[in-house]
Amino acid sequence: MSVFSEVPQAPPVAVFKLSADFREDSHPQKVNLGVGAYRTDDCQPWVLPVVKKVERLIVEDGSLNHEYLPILGLPEFRSASSKVALGDDSAAIKDNRVGGVQALGGTGALRIGAEFLRRWYNGVNNTATPIYVSAPTWENHNSVFADAGFKDIRPYHYWDAAKRGLDLDGLLDDLEKAPERSVFVLHACAHNPTGTDPTPEEWKKISEIMKRRSLFVFFDSAYQGFASGDLDKDAWAIRYFVSEGFELFVAQSFSKNFGLYNERVGNLTVVAQDGENLSRILSQMEKIVRTTWSNPPSQGARIVSKTLNSPELFAEWKGNVKTMAERVLLMRDQLKAKLQAQGTPGTWDHITQQIGMFSFTGLNPKQVEYMIKEKHVYLMASGRINMCGLTTKNIDYVAQSIHDAVTKVQ
Amino acid sequence: GVNLRSGSFHDFVRSSWWGGVQMGPPDPILGVSEAFKKDTNPKKMNLGVGAYRDDMGKPFVLSCVRKAEAIITTKQMDKEYLGIGGLGEFSKSCAQLALGADNEVMKSGRYITVQTISGTGSLRIGANFLARFHGGPRDVYLPKPSWGNHTPIFRDAGMELKAYKYYDPSTCGFDFKGALDDISKIPEHSVIMLHACAHNPTGVDPKPEQWKEISDIVKKRNLLVFFDMAYQGFASGDIDRDAWAVRYFIEQGHNILLSQSFAKNMGLYGERVGGFTVVCNDAEEAKRVESQLKILIRPIYSNPPMNGARIAATILNTPDLRSLWLEEVHGMANRIIKMREQLAAGLIKEGSSKNWQHVIDQIGMFCFTGLKPEQVERLTKEFSVYMTKDGRISMAGVTSGNVGYLAHGIHAVTK
Repeated sequence: MSVFSEVPQAPPVAVFKLSADFREDSHPQKVNLGVGAYRTDDCQPWVLPVVKKVERLIVEDGSLNHEYLPILGLPEFRSASSKVALGDDSAAIKDNRVGGVQALGGTGALRIGAEFLRRWYNGVNNTATPIYVSAPTWENHNSVFADAGFKDIRPYHYWDAAKRGLDLDGLLDDLEKAPERSVFVLHACAHNPTGTDPTPEEWKKISEIMKRRSLFVFFDSAYQGFASGDLDKDAWAIRYFVSEGFELFVAQSFSKNFGLYNERVGNLTVVAQDGENLSRILSQMEKIVRTTWSNPPSQGARIVSKTLNSPELFAEWKGNVKTMAERVLLMRDQLKAKLQAQGTPGTWDHITQQIGMFSFTGLNPKQVEYMIKEKHVYLMASGRINMCGLTTKNIDYVAQSIHDAVTKVQ
Repeated sequence: GVNLRSGSFHDFVRSSWWGGVQMGPPDPILGVSEAFKKDTNPKKMNLGVGAYRDDMGKPFVLSCVRKAEAIITTKQMDKEYLGIGGLGEFSKSCAQLALGADNEVMKSGRYITVQTISGTGSLRIGANFLARFHGGPRDVYLPKPSWGNHTPIFRDAGMELKAYKYYDPSTCGFDFKGALDDISKIPEHSVIMLHACAHNPTGVDPKPEQWKEISDIVKKRNLLVFFDMAYQGFASGDIDRDAWAVRYFIEQGHNILLSQSFAKNMGLYGERVGGFTVVCNDAEEAKRVESQLKILIRPIYSNPPMNGARIAATILNTPDLRSLWLEEVHGMANRIIKMREQLAAGLIKEGSSKNWQHVIDQIGMFCFTGLKPEQVERLTKEFSVYMTKDGRISMAGVTSGNVGYLAHGIHAVTK
C-alpha cells in the first residue's frame, strides 16, 4: 500500500497551463497573451544587451568561482537593489536602517517577508493577523501568505469593473475598517493584473489612513522601470511611504526589468526604524532563509550587481528598460486606436490609462473562452492580457478577435 | 515592552514594530566561517563548512564545469522561466545518476524528480510534502547526530523530530546494534532519514551487510525512508558505489524519498543545484505527487534557477564531460583520503597515545574527531583552527601544507 495513494491530483497552475496549451496549439495565427514575460516585436524573448555583455564579463573572469554566497546573499547586490528602490539620496539608507535579503525572485522575497511577519509581527507566531491583498491580485499572493501560516487572508477593494478603474472609495473604506496592525500588500506600480495604479494624491490618502490605523505596508515591486520607463517615477509610492516614516518591506523582482526570469533574482528590502532593529530583523531573516534554501543562487545576483554598481552599465540598463517600456506603450496606443476605429462596443480608454505589462480588458470568462477556443488568442480567464504578447504583426488579428468576442458572446 | 497600541503620530514614529524581535544566534556551521574571516593569524585554518578546497587551500572550479559553461555561452539561450519542476533535462539525469540508467524505476516512470534549490531546498520541499500529505506520525527520525540543519528544516515545515542511535563515541564508529535496536522500536509509518553515504557530521557509514539488515528492519516497521545524498562520488570516489544503499533499498521495495545535491560533487555550491525525488507505486501516482509538489513550490520561489542546472545537465549528458567529471570527483575524494592518512600519521608522529584509526576509517568530507567542546574551543583560540563545536572537521580544508600544524594542534589539546 503506498503512503501516497491518497494524494489527490492538484489542478495545474493556471498561468503555466495556459502557456502549455498555447504551445500545443498548431493554429498559424495563435497569440499568447498569457504569462508575464517581455517579447520583442518579433514575439521573441529578449535577453537584454547589457545582460549579454555582463554575462560575458563574468564567464571571462577567471577569478570568479562558484562558492556559497552568504545566507542573506551577495552584499553588493543587496545594497544596490535597495538603492534602486529607495533612491540614491535615500535618507533611510544614509541612516543605516535599510537592509536587504537576496531572494529567489519576487516570489522568494514575498515568502521570506511573509514567514518573518508570521513569526515576529504583531506578537510572536501570530497566524491570525489579517493579510489584505487587492481584489484582484497576482494569484500567488494568497498562496504565499497562506503557506507562510496566515489563516486570515482578505481582499481589499481595488478594481472597479463598472468604471474600469480604481475603486478608491472602497479601498479607503477597507483601510478604515481593517483591524489595526493588519498587513496590506500594495503593488508599488503596474498593478498585476489590472494595470491600474493609484495617483500620487491617492497614494497620499492611502498613506494617511495606514499611518493613523497602524497598518503594515508590504510593497510588491515587480515592475520598477517597466511601468513608465522611468525607475524613479515607478518608485514614487515606495519612497513616499518611506519618507512618511513607515517601517516597511519591499519585495523586489528583477525578473522583468532585467529579463532575468529564470535566474531568480529578487531582494526583500527592509526599512526599519533604526540600525539596531534592522540587525535583529536580519538575524532572524537568516534563520528563515537557512531552512528554506540555505543561501541564494549567485549567477543572477552577480549580473544585476555588476550592472547596478557600474555607472556605464547602469545607464545602458536604463536604456534597455526604456526600450521595453516604450514598446509596451506603443502597443497600448495601437490597440486602443484599432478598437476605436473598428467601433468595437464599449470604451477602451483603460487600455492606455492602465500601466505596465498587463491590461485588464474587461472581457468576461465566456468571451475569454471564445478568444482561446475560436480565435486561438490565449489570455487569462480574468480577461488579463500581457501587452508584450502584442506585436505590429498580430495586433490587427487580436483587435479583430476582441471585436468578435464582444459582439458575438455575452 | 513596546507600546503596541495605536496612538498619536508621535507614538507611531517613536515605537518600532520590531521591538520584540530577538537577536538570532549565529548559524552554528556558517557562523564558523564568519569568525574565521575575522581572524588575522596567518596560520588560521577553516575546517568548518564542507566546501572542497584544493591542496593550496583554494576553492576548486572543476574543469568540466568551465567547459560546460563555455558550451552554454555559445548557445546564447534565452532566460525564460523554467517550469515549476525545473529543467527537465536536469531532473532526468539527476534521477539517473542516483538510480542508475537501467533502474526499473526509471524505465517504468514510477517516480518524479523536481529540480530544487540544492540539498536544503530539496529537503525542505520533501519536509513540506510530508507535512501536508503523509498520513503517518508527524515524527521524522534522524540519526544521532545528523546535519545540524535537518532539525530546523523539518521543524519549520511542521514535522517533529526524533532520533535513533547512530554514532558510537567510544569507537568513533557506527553503533550498529544500537541503531537496529532503536529502529525496531520506531512506530509504524514514521519517517526515517538515512544518509546515503559520507554521513554528515561523523563520516561513519554502514557497511553493505549492515545496510541490508537496516533495510529489513525498516521494512518490518513499515517506515517511510527519506535518503539524503549530498555527497555522491565524494565518499569512495565512485558514483555507483556511493549510491549503492539507495539502489539497494529501492530494489528491496522501499518507495523512497531522495534529496540530492550537486554543491559538492560538481563544486556548484552557490548555483544551488539539487533534486528531490519521490519513488511511487506507478506513473499515475507519480503524476499526482508531481502536481502537489508544484503547488508547494510555487508559493516559495515559483520556479528554480537555471544556471547551475544547465551546467549540471550539460556535464551529465555530454559523454566526454561526464567522463571528465567522474575523474575530477575521484580526484577530490582521493585528496581527502590522502589527507586522512597524513593526519593520522601526523598525530602518531606528534606522539599521541590516542587511537586515531577513525580518522582513516571515516569516509567523505567530514571527520568526527572525537574532540570535546572544551578541546575544540582551545583549538580555535590557541591555534586558530576553526571547526564546529561537535568536533567535526572538514577534511576538505586540510592541505599537505597545513596537515602537520593541524596534527600538532589536535595533539596539544588532547594529550
